[in-house]
Amino acid sequence: MSEIATGGGAAAVAAPTAGPEPLPPEEGRRPILSWTVVAFLLPAVLLLGAIVIYPLLATIRSSFFNASGSSWVGLHNYKTMFTSDATLTAIKNNALWVLIAPVVVTAIGLVFAVLLERIKWATAFKLVVFMPMAISFLAAGIIFRLVYDADPDRGLLNAAVVGVHDIFAPASHYPNARPRDTQLLGAAPGGGYQTTKTYNPGDTAEIGLLAVQAADIPSSAQNAVAPTSAAGSVTGTVWFDFTRGGGGVQNQIDPTEKGLPKIRVNAVRGGSVVANATTDNQGRFTLRGLGSGGVQLRLAGSNFGTPFHGADWLGPTLATWSIMAAYVWMWAGFAMVLIAAGLAAISREALEAARVDGATEWQVFRRVTVPLLSPVLLVVLVTLVINVLKIFDLVFVLAPPSSQDDATVLAREMWTATFGGANDQGLGSALAIFLFVLVLPAMIFNIRRFRRDQA
Amino acid sequence: MKYSTRLAAALATLALAVAACGGGNDASTGGGATTTPGGGTQFKDLSGQSIEVAGAWGGSEQKSFTAVLDDFHAKTKATVKYTSFGDNLQAVLGPRVKGGNPPDIGFMPNVGILQQFVKEGSLKPLAADVTTELDKNFSPVWKTLGTVDGKAYGVAYKGANKSTVWYRTAAFDQAGVSEPKTWDDFTKALQTLSDSGVANPLSVGGGDAWTLTDWFENVYIRVAGPDKYDQLSTHKIKWTDDSVKQALTILSQLWGKQNLIVGGSSGALQTLFPQSVTNVFGDNPKGAVVYEGDFVATNIAQETKSKVGTDAKFFDFPSINGSPTAVVGGADIAVAFKDNPASQEFLKYLATPDAAAIWAKLGGFTSPNKNLDASNYSDETTRKSAQALVGAGDAFRFDMSDLAPAAFGGTPGSGEWKILQDFLAKPSDVDGTAQKLETAAAAAFK
Repeated sequence: MSEIATGGGAAAVAAPTAGPEPLPPEEGRRPILSWTVVAFLLPAVLLLGAIVIYPLLATIRSSFFNASGSSWVGLHNYKTMFTSDATLTAIKNNALWVLIAPVVVTAIGLVFAVLLERIKWATAFKLVVFMPMAISFLAAGIIFRLVYDADPDRGLLNAAVVGVHDIFAPASHYPNARPRDTQLLGAAPGGGYQTTKTYNPGDTAEIGLLAVQAADIPSSAQNAVAPTSAAGSVTGTVWFDFTRGGGGVQNQIDPTEKGLPKIRVNAVRGGSVVANATTDNQGRFTLRGLGSGGVQLRLAGSNFGTPFHGADWLGPTLATWSIMAAYVWMWAGFAMVLIAAGLAAISREALEAARVDGATEWQVFRRVTVPLLSPVLLVVLVTLVINVLKIFDLVFVLAPPSSQDDATVLAREMWTATFGGANDQGLGSALAIFLFVLVLPAMIFNIRRFRRDQA
Repeated sequence: MKYSTRLAAALATLALAVAACGGGNDASTGGGATTTPGGGTQFKDLSGQSIEVAGAWGGSEQKSFTAVLDDFHAKTKATVKYTSFGDNLQAVLGPRVKGGNPPDIGFMPNVGILQQFVKEGSLKPLAADVTTELDKNFSPVWKTLGTVDGKAYGVAYKGANKSTVWYRTAAFDQAGVSEPKTWDDFTKALQTLSDSGVANPLSVGGGDAWTLTDWFENVYIRVAGPDKYDQLSTHKIKWTDDSVKQALTILSQLWGKQNLIVGGSSGALQTLFPQSVTNVFGDNPKGAVVYEGDFVATNIAQETKSKVGTDAKFFDFPSINGSPTAVVGGADIAVAFKDNPASQEFLKYLATPDAAAIWAKLGGFTSPNKNLDASNYSDETTRKSAQALVGAGDAFRFDMSDLAPAAFGGTPGSGEWKILQDFLAKPSDVDGTAQKLETAAAAAFK
């Protein structure tokens, strides 16, 4: 087997030169006998026939047959394909991929290549940037699943986002806590809760809260103590009105129930705040200097704000973009290495001449380096376009099942139709052919270019 | 057990699995081989004969099953070779059957696949003495699972109870709630848990849509009863039927309470099944209750530090409007691809309580065999789950989505899976969801 393979490989390399334009026989040598040519070509032809041509023809054939391949259905599969929402989403996403991913990858590769040319340790940096290429799509998908996980406790990216966010907007002390007695406390304007009744100086208030998470109660918290009346002030207690293990009387401070420290309580009169207080370790607060007349008590919304959770990177709206970012991470190194090779080959004189003529570095880059590099850039771009058109693994591994259909691409549709449950080989083949037709122009372009370079 | 066949889920757990590799395996494998008395089924001497058995089990499950094979060898002198096809039943068995080289015995995790093989003419019916053994030891419903056109083909050897709701005992103690028996108590318990400080008590693995189909099936069988369940399974009644809408309404009342669900709807849709379990039993638990089948125990044991039976327990899926006991579940059903005495003898053996007792002692196994003495189970949790499975008698029903064509009940991102995920995202749309389900079902059952 391996002998055939090597033989085939050698012949395949020889094929382009022997194929289209046979070299003119050299003087004094006999022309090569046609059977020798045949003998050399045969392994390659057989191999290509068996693993490329035959499957291609078989796929075209089965795209005109039904799911089990038993009866001819004409263009039915193609009709199904172009009328299903799934395919249309896939086409849309593929278009996004083709338009954006190769350009971004090439641009980043170019920037890296140009900048790294100037520094010491360039090889080390290049190595680092190139390293993701050594990882399979599947492994990269799993890595990025951990990065993109929506839960900040697990997802690296959200952990970072939340960390930065919380520096500027600290998390509240008691997220999601709510009043036990919704008659006593209603929603306050601007978030938080406000008492419906008014309190006069000398009155006391007992405010029971629920759904306080055990982890949020600081260790300094002590058992709640009922407020004692004080002249000229409104006093009160804010506590967690839930006895461990159930039981206890609702709206009443039971012996083991904890006071909630650090809750900001405002006294409001006529819509404006007239006094502030913060609860102590037993949950008590005292609002002083109230003047005359009743006040309403408000527990500010900042006590209860839901913690910031970051973004749903792999949710329906962001999934495609997040996956693209992972792709860029993987392939930027590839673009960089190719472009750096091209960069090494362009003539230094042109750059020097431009600099001597007084061009700024940006002008040199924009007007000299990039035009000289354009053949390489084009090759990189086209290779990436082909690569991106058949993108499958990253989407399949990275997108959670609930957003798979939002992030879907043609190759994934093909897989789903063929093996993902419905096992419709006909429809799958039709999708495969469609994908093939899409890749074709880019391939033809690359082959032509390759030939021109060789000529 | 659908979850084992999901590649995506497998990928997600890969990292965890690698991390868990160093973790403890079951220490107790040296179960004393005391065979259950009674039964007394006689086996032929099969010296010199050999058969090949193929199943999905690998790892520790394969080890346990090998102990069963050893016992069969001891009883009959037949040689049995076990091949694991892992998650790829169709990819492995399909070509082998088509190529005329199937194993002698295969374990089908799914009734739909079994029926498909029967239609292709690949399976051999059970011999008379196997069905006798089957009738003696199983409720009729289990025989029906492997019966096509009046002929019995399969022996349900390993069962799965998917009507179990798992909870964190510490959270229940803290909130002072007890195991709810009815749906009303269940929602009340969730509310109390939320009051007690488990902000979002219910963990839903909505990222893997098969968990949602299991939710629906459990609610549906309780709302509509087993007969309608059968009719809906075969699409004899439409998904726009009132019973479906009723079940969806009950679900929507629960799923609509965003503050009861870990992460709300959008968070649940990003949560895969393994994560939904660690959400409740992991190091930083977010929830207190997670619904899925008895295999949740395996996830708890492998991926968390919680102990099944002390930190983690389950209660039966609550009754709705006074519905009688019903269990939705799955089974690994043994079928014969080849007609030879050793295969039939092996199937007969699998139908005996002795064969079930061996694995039951090793753990991680529930048997639908009603004559298996429950004392054989190595732990209380499995015993309880198995008793519920057997106790349901003929009110056991096979997982409905596994009975439907895969295009409807088994494809990520389409059919019932996708529609129920959309429903979880927007639980108010009962009528629209029923309509969408019917449209998708009509296309798939055609």
